[in-house]
Amino acid sequence: MASEGGKIDPMHQFMIEPIAPLNLAGYDISFTNSSLFMILVMATIWVFMLGGMKREMVPGRWQAAVEGVNGFINDMVSTSVGPEGKKYVPLVFSLFMFILVANFMGMMPFGIVPGVHAFTVTSHLTVTAVLAILSFGTVLVVGLWKHKLHFFSLFVPHGTPWWLMWLIPFIELFSFLIRPFSLALRLFVAMTAGHVLMKVLAGFVINGLNADAAWVAPVVSLPSFILMIGITMLELLVCAIQAYVFALLTSLYINDAVNLH
Amino acid sequence: MPQISQILATYASQFFWLLIVFGLIYFVIGRGILPRVDATVDARDAKIAGDLAAAEQARAEASDLEGAWQAELTQTRAAAQAEAQKAKAKAQKDAVSRIAKADAEIAAKTADAEAVIAKARAKALSGIDGVAADAAQDIVAKVSGIKVTPAQAAQAVKTVLANG
Repeated sequence: MASEGGKIDPMHQFMIEPIAPLNLAGYDISFTNSSLFMILVMATIWVFMLGGMKREMVPGRWQAAVEGVNGFINDMVSTSVGPEGKKYVPLVFSLFMFILVANFMGMMPFGIVPGVHAFTVTSHLTVTAVLAILSFGTVLVVGLWKHKLHFFSLFVPHGTPWWLMWLIPFIELFSFLIRPFSLALRLFVAMTAGHVLMKVLAGFVINGLNADAAWVAPVVSLPSFILMIGITMLELLVCAIQAYVFALLTSLYINDAVNLH
Repeated sequence: MPQISQILATYASQFFWLLIVFGLIYFVIGRGILPRVDATVDARDAKIAGDLAAAEQARAEASDLEGAWQAELTQTRAAAQAEAQKAKAKAQKDAVSRIAKADAEIAAKTADAEAVIAKARAKALSGIDGVAADAAQDIVAKVSGIKVTPAQAAQAVKTVLANG
């Protein structure tokens, strides 16, 4: 992407560049390429969901696809949480769809248009952290609201022997508190690493073709290109898996909050 | 890594726009559109379940109807059979009584005829006695010239016939 002096920087794709500078109460809330892609993601989800609003008795392909996603999330939440999970479906659905579409949006070949760069919203720690905090915060609020102080019995699993009481609650508390970090870092690292790998391989292809020595192109560029195809497939899979993992873990954590252990 | 090196410069913008966008997704799409999609699916499921129940009910009704029809058919057939049996029995009884009557009539006629025959036979037999006596009287007169009285002839004939 950014080839300055023939060098391709695999990190440049993560740069946030302001499009329209904005300032609110001393905070810089500029409209950036990141914001643009967030809005693009939202618009895509919205257009997709509108296809499910035809509300026909016999669904067309599009409506069937929307209802398929809806059924997928419904099943996931009801399997994890049970019948009480119905009211958390919008949250899990929003998280899943936002992450899935943002991941895929970052994989779109917008780069074929000169000057346009794809941006992966979910490769940013700031974004994944907010999503993880939303997920974790929901668990905390729901758990404390529903069970009051009894919620803390979550840290004492059933059947803990009395002589381990000094240890198990601390391990449980730690595993509970680590959740938002693992949620945020898993998504951030998976998306960043995948995109860096793709960009490095793509750099091999381009630099190999541009090399002065004629033997470099078939020896370096061709294998890199073939590997690139495989890595791209893998990345598409990772995009879907990461969205699924995030949504599944969120519903499992909500299950802890709703049903305790 | 721009995610970390830019974090202080961009976090406010990232948070601001993400919260707006995710809020819109959650409230407009998650809470606005999704339940309607869900309602459509539920309505379809309910309709399918209702249709299946209606079909099942119709099937049960048809089955009941067929059962009733079958039972009626069986009953009608049994009634027809009983009627036929009754008619047959009555016809048999009639035939038997008619045969008996005819037998009696025939027997009476036979008895009458036999009586007539016996009378004729007796009459014929007594006639023969007289003829034989006359013949014997004539034969005796012609052969021996002895006059035999009719009473003697008759006595002789009777003796011969009784021995013969």
